[in-house]
Amino acid sequence: MRKLLVILMTFISSLTLKAEEINVSEILFGHIGDSYGWHITEWNGRHVIIPLPCIVKSSSGWHFFMSSRIGHGREYEGLFIAEDGRYADKIVERGPDGELVRPFDISITKNVASLMFSSILLVVLVLLSARWYRRHEAVDEAPEGIAAAMEPLIMMVNDDLIKDNVGPDYRKYAPYLLTVFFFILLNNLLGIVPFFPGGANVTGNIAVTMVLALCTFVAVNVFGNRHYWKEILWPDVPMFLKFPIPIMQIIELFGLIAKPFSLMVRLFANILAGHAMILGLVSVIFVTVNLGPVINGSMTVVTMLFGVFMDCLELLVAFIQAYVFTMLSAVFIGMSRQSEHG
Amino acid sequence: MNLMLPDSGLLFWMTIIFVIVFLILAKFGFPVITGMVEKRTRRIDEALSAARKAEDAIAHLSQEQERIIAETKAQQAAILQEAAAERERIIASAQNQAREEAGRIVEEARQRINEEKEAALKDARKELALISLAVADKVLRKELSDDKAQKELVDRLVDEVV
Repeated sequence: MRKLLVILMTFISSLTLKAEEINVSEILFGHIGDSYGWHITEWNGRHVIIPLPCIVKSSSGWHFFMSSRIGHGREYEGLFIAEDGRYADKIVERGPDGELVRPFDISITKNVASLMFSSILLVVLVLLSARWYRRHEAVDEAPEGIAAAMEPLIMMVNDDLIKDNVGPDYRKYAPYLLTVFFFILLNNLLGIVPFFPGGANVTGNIAVTMVLALCTFVAVNVFGNRHYWKEILWPDVPMFLKFPIPIMQIIELFGLIAKPFSLMVRLFANILAGHAMILGLVSVIFVTVNLGPVINGSMTVVTMLFGVFMDCLELLVAFIQAYVFTMLSAVFIGMSRQSEHG
Repeated sequence: MNLMLPDSGLLFWMTIIFVIVFLILAKFGFPVITGMVEKRTRRIDEALSAARKAEDAIAHLSQEQERIIAETKAQQAAILQEAAAERERIIASAQNQAREEAGRIVEEARQRINEEKEAALKDARKELALISLAVADKVLRKELSDDKAQKELVDRLVDEVV
């Protein structure tokens, strides 16, 4: 074991000794943020990037091109990637006054591609297990293969999270909450995988968590019953608290918005922090190169130990965050379905 | 770096992808699995309650069996007892009848004997009377063979009458 570590250390040191001065924050934000191409690795001094399609509607109409056409200062049909400023690392065009203008941009970015990949994976996984149940008489047989792996997880979420928290009419919400759980879990787990199909910071992106939180917001408020709305608009409090100045209503409305907002930020911040921690730890190896082989070597060992620990922690967090998001969504939905005397 | 600002392109795609994933899974994915598992759970519950019921029925049946056996035994004993009593009764009545018959026969025989005896006695008496008459005749004839003796007799008879 020790021998292995030494070999690994010298290998890493020999690799990193050639490294130039590195910009940690650039690496960090480059990995955490979104990009137009999917950067896989660096091989012999060349970046290996999978080009992804860009779809942009600028002032001169729609543009479809691959991300390899753009970037590193290159311009394509008047579009280029801003180096810095407000639209840093985004496709921009130059407006009539010379200022940068952000066009309508629905490019398939790294995060979108990762989302598509994980979604296809999720759909395939669930449909494959569902297919087993269609083809077999589940009443007489125990599930096999994917179905056997998925069933306990699905039933755990269905029984412990959804049934207990939503209440009697949980069946209506179960598919949504199950989808949310597995969507978040799969994307969290893929985010931990450091190489190609994974590694994107999908659930640590606020746009993704925002859509998820909005879906829960819709599920809570659109299907909320009369009692729920009465509690918000005309709660059982002394009159001076709700009329003529609607203090309680304002507080309730804040609560209404705070719930999905907390969902959004919790998932986003947890996953983002996890990615940042691991990337930061790995960067320590490269940062300490200039401090000599002894410090670099020992730091490498420490960092790797911490990295293993953090990865295990992230596995836990991946599950916990999916669990918490689903559970809180179920609780909020359950609160909106409570009856008068429930 | 504006990490806190959601990107419109990603929002757009995320919404579309998530809605599609949700629709597919909600239609063909999770309800199939949860439905089947719930069906299985129900089936297991049913099987368990059926087994419990069967157990109860078996317990009930063995009770019933025991009851029937006991009843049968009791019945058997009663029948045997009755049969014994009947036998006793029949024997007793047969004995009675036999005794009565024997009594009757003896009585009849005795009566017949008496009758025979009476008849015999009657005959004997008649015979005896005849014999005595004959003897008396003979005696008279011998006694009255002379006149003197006849006279004497008449005298005695007259004496007796007077």
